[in-house]
Amino acid sequence: MKISGAKIVVETLIEQGIDTVFGYPGGQVLSLFDELYQCSDRINHILTAHEQGAAHAADGYARATGKVGVCIATSGPGATNLVTGIATAYLDSIPMVAITGNVPTSIIGRDSFQEVDIVGVTMPITKHNFIVKDIRELADTLRSAFKIAKSGRPGPVLVDIPKDVQVAQWDFEPKKDPVRPYPLKFASELKLKQAAEMIKASKRPYIYFGGGIISGKASAEIIELAEKISAPIGCTLMGLSAIPKDDPRFLGMNGMHGQFASSIALDEADLVVALGARFSDRATGDKKRFNKNFSIIHIDIDSAELDKNITSDLTIQGDIKDSLYRLLPMLEKTERPDWDKRIAELREEELRRLESAYVSKKDFEKKCENCTKPCSMTGIPAENRLDPYAIIDIISEKAGENDIIVTDVGQHQMWTAQRYPFKKPRTFLTSGGLGTMGYGMGAAIGAATTGKRSILFTGDGSFGMNLNELATAAVQNTPLVVVIMNNGVLGMVRQWQTLFFNKHYSNTTLNRPTDFVKLAEAFGVKASRAFTAEELEKAAAEAFSENRPYLIDCAVDCNEFVLPMLPPGGSIDDIITEIK
Amino acid sequence: MQNNQYVIGAIVSNISGVLSRVSGMFTRRGFNIDCLTVGETESAEFSRITVVFHGDEDIKDKIIKQLEKLHDVKEVEVLDPQETVIRELLLIKVRNTPQTRQDIMTAVEIFRSKIVDYSPTALVCELTGETSKINAFIDLMKPYGIMEMCRTGIVAIERGDNCLTTER
Repeated sequence: MKISGAKIVVETLIEQGIDTVFGYPGGQVLSLFDELYQCSDRINHILTAHEQGAAHAADGYARATGKVGVCIATSGPGATNLVTGIATAYLDSIPMVAITGNVPTSIIGRDSFQEVDIVGVTMPITKHNFIVKDIRELADTLRSAFKIAKSGRPGPVLVDIPKDVQVAQWDFEPKKDPVRPYPLKFASELKLKQAAEMIKASKRPYIYFGGGIISGKASAEIIELAEKISAPIGCTLMGLSAIPKDDPRFLGMNGMHGQFASSIALDEADLVVALGARFSDRATGDKKRFNKNFSIIHIDIDSAELDKNITSDLTIQGDIKDSLYRLLPMLEKTERPDWDKRIAELREEELRRLESAYVSKKDFEKKCENCTKPCSMTGIPAENRLDPYAIIDIISEKAGENDIIVTDVGQHQMWTAQRYPFKKPRTFLTSGGLGTMGYGMGAAIGAATTGKRSILFTGDGSFGMNLNELATAAVQNTPLVVVIMNNGVLGMVRQWQTLFFNKHYSNTTLNRPTDFVKLAEAFGVKASRAFTAEELEKAAAEAFSENRPYLIDCAVDCNEFVLPMLPPGGSIDDIITEIK
Repeated sequence: MQNNQYVIGAIVSNISGVLSRVSGMFTRRGFNIDCLTVGETESAEFSRITVVFHGDEDIKDKIIKQLEKLHDVKEVEVLDPQETVIRELLLIKVRNTPQTRQDIMTAVEIFRSKIVDYSPTALVCELTGETSKINAFIDLMKPYGIMEMCRTGIVAIERGDNCLTTER
């Protein structure tokens, strides 16, 4: 039977197991939205406030579930509004299919109303993209898009569908099952044996993993490997939540704001087993210094990542779960008491440093030179003010282990990454590679559509970028707790200005009179403000008792810093652990 | 071929946009292209791209791996210059004067070039060969007055029965 292209799109989405899509209607997707209307009992479309929110929501949905996220936008501005969201997904290897409408094929290339060559625009930020000019190819192109998005190292794929193709009629026969990914790549046996030999010969091995462990579902294998070879574990920002924070061998995050013990132990290791990580500049700092003291075994599904940023001593392309599954029996249980002892010392040292930093902070009455809010405005003495870690602790005590933690980008993101006690994979959603301020609201909404509660830690800067999505949250009415760490400044940039630009706080002092509580209420979202731990306890108790969105505006001192810090392009030798 | 130059042959899907994808990858990742040609193959489904670039072994490996990641790139191979026939075509228009005509004709003969258009004021010569031969011929023509020229960039194919196949 012949059906319209628009119907083919919706039927193919359903065939691919998609039950939720995020989007925004417009002139060139009217037919598609008409079909979504008619099929609303089989597929749920969530209308966001802005297409960027839809792209982030599809991304958040994908990160939280492991499924492919789908977003839909009209041509021209609708399509370009997706761009930041697509790039965010691309840099973090998130499976996504973005569908855009376009002007009819007959007027493509004439600068028609709302015409943009979105395939050209998104070529560098998608795994692949398509424009479908022939109705006969529509269903199979969409299937290919899903196949590409979820195969190997996942990523976003865009399918641009001109209006006339949506209107044209063609035969459609639904497939029984969603498309399967391309066959996995398996590591070479010889190379795994070499890896085993290197691990056996090592005195101080260190396991270093990235986001590939989450997409490759290899959490259990990592823990087993660490146990078997008595190695500490560190991870990149993208790896967080893959293994429980309280795992006895887990030291936390590495990189620019990596935790002290984790970073020092990495540098003292003689062998780093890098799994599903890509050695980004934020993770390694100075590439010449990074691996001065250790050899590297690098295993990744994407061969292009091997020797791309850091040259390793052994590179293995292969599925990470399978690689570890086959590597484990090649290794014997090995005790490394000296290394264990050293790691324990580093952990103690880290605690001591945290403690003393905390004390010195409390003793130090901070002065704000350039801004008046919120720290001095509140008139609250330093010892009663909300500490960023305390905010995270109070929230995490109320949160369940299945709740999904989302962040925006900046200081609050790093504090959350350092502090939050993640328990399960896919419970931490953050824009790692692209560092997209404004990612959080959309992503948190996308994650909350799965039925789980999402908790967004954001800053007043990041929140300001996409706060219009409060409207979406209010309509969806799903449990979503927004925690704004409001310090009245663009804290991360300000931190750099403090350290590297002679405290020239150029355009980072917001000092805006925005009242986030009133703002949330105007959107129809309950909200309250917290200046002290007691107030936050109270607000959090209320927020978590609600099964709908709730915003808490927390006052944070603008002189709080994210530490430790490796200066950009610097190394572990330059680690900054306090700012005077 | 210069010392640090590599020639890559790639079989790609014969659909619109492929050339942008391939050349875009080079730009985006900061790799330099010395020369790129694209054309039909024995199969209507595929085109063949020949890329020449310079760099070290490490750059070469990175380029190959990034090319292999492109969905429309079906097969990529670095061609060993010793085992490969490399050719380029030149069309060059030289000023035709009674004083220079004979010298040009002699050069054309020695280089096994061909005069493909003749007018009282201009000659168009066609020359096929390796890049070094083309360069030498152009140098030789310079004193006679080159009015315009264009060259195709190189195409390359392996000797013997080695083939770039599309079976992935």
